[in-house]
Amino acid sequence: MLNEFFKDQLWLGVAQAAVTVVLAVAVTLVGRWWKIHLEKEVGIALVRGIVQIVIVALVLVVLLKGPELVAVPVLIGMIITASVIAGRRVKGIAGSIWVSFYGIGFGAGLVILLMVLVGVIDAALTSVIPVGSMLIANSMNTCAQALERFASDLRSHTGQVEAGLALGAAPDECVKPYTQSAVHSSLIPRIDQLSSLGIVWIPGLMSGMLVAGADPVYAAVYQFAVITMMFASSGLTSVVSVLLVQRRVFSPAQQLLLRPGNSVPSVKKGRAA
Amino acid sequence: MVILETVHLGREVDTKKLVNDISIQVERGETLSIVGPSGAGKSSFLRLLNRLDEPTTGTLLLNGTDYKTISPRDLRRRIGMVLQAPYLFPGTVADNLRFGPLQQGKELEDTRLRHLLTQVGLDGYADRDISRLSGGEAQRVSLARTLANSPEVLLLDEPTSALDRTAEGEVEKLLGEIIAAEGLTCLIITHNPAQALRLSKRSMLLEAGQLVKIGPVEEIVHA
Repeated sequence: MLNEFFKDQLWLGVAQAAVTVVLAVAVTLVGRWWKIHLEKEVGIALVRGIVQIVIVALVLVVLLKGPELVAVPVLIGMIITASVIAGRRVKGIAGSIWVSFYGIGFGAGLVILLMVLVGVIDAALTSVIPVGSMLIANSMNTCAQALERFASDLRSHTGQVEAGLALGAAPDECVKPYTQSAVHSSLIPRIDQLSSLGIVWIPGLMSGMLVAGADPVYAAVYQFAVITMMFASSGLTSVVSVLLVQRRVFSPAQQLLLRPGNSVPSVKKGRAA
Repeated sequence: MVILETVHLGREVDTKKLVNDISIQVERGETLSIVGPSGAGKSSFLRLLNRLDEPTTGTLLLNGTDYKTISPRDLRRRIGMVLQAPYLFPGTVADNLRFGPLQQGKELEDTRLRHLLTQVGLDGYADRDISRLSGGEAQRVSLARTLANSPEVLLLDEPTSALDRTAEGEVEKLLGEIIAAEGLTCLIITHNPAQALRLSKRSMLLEAGQLVKIGPVEEIVHA
């Protein structure tokens, strides 16, 4: 219907985006009716989303004509941004942005590097940037989910953790059930992505390849490879992030710092043995 | 002989003095009760003794050795603590009892495990899942779990406060028997003056984080 009113492609895009914004606002208002206040967060996310994607599209047009090495700073920039977004999601753990940076950097960075080296991801900018961004975005979501789950599990199991400490257990032993649960739960969406592939979800990459005239079987298999890479990078991100964050919730003297209502180390002059 | 000594021990959090300049000595084999109103700093004081929280002033000596020269894990094994709620780990009663020794790379022998269960009145409970225990039974497992570490000092943070009257009496009776039989040094927080009288000969009264009085239990609870 919209394409009957808007013959110019740019204005058609603006109209399509406007309709989706109306839809998102409606959903937010339904939330408000249920006293779930997402107005500010959704408002900022919508504005940021449209501004960022338009700028990136314009920048990519220029970058994609440049040398292949341009991919490196672009992907590092994406990793840094993803780390800030994931780290900010986790309240109460000092240094969570660094934890996210190392987690996403190791998980997504390593998988991108390895896959480019063996030729699963084409080194061409038109391939490595979009596929790399998918891996980074998935790692970002996994990282935020894992850290959030770990922090909330720990806050609700303070007694069990301190019971373990009081028996002389090492901190990592005391939080093991919660690190395992955080990694497992953060990977469930990625496993669901794999198992629902093609049945309830036909990803855009495959559709794009088909439209561009690629062999359908190759397009499908490559899409599978991309989703599998997402799982691998998310898994590595999750494990590294949780391993790093578990050190930050204990003091040097192995005291639990993250307790309900307590978000920062509260000892004024704490000393370690 | 003094086994545990605190010297001007204190903890300040966000300018609030939770524990303020407490100096006491505890003799080997003695049971010292800690009494005082809610928010007096009783639990905060106890948590400093096995370093679940960090002192911000003063020090603690175990057998004359400064706590800072003992690794936190070793200190916690030697100064065992039974928390207000049992906080058992998923699994069986035996799994819980084996946990502490396992952290030191030791295996809890079956005879010792059975002895501990007998001590807390839970003969034949080794393979029982913790989800099938009553509140009183769970607290007894918690006590046996701490004893499995063979602590030199036992800290008890209101171990019967979460139990009903019958279970409270049972656990208190067991505590008295075990402390006497093992010759344990024990510090117990209680809100119940009668319990303090039954379990200890000496008591300390805390108010607003400060030591108000320490002496014979009759003098403290009847003051």
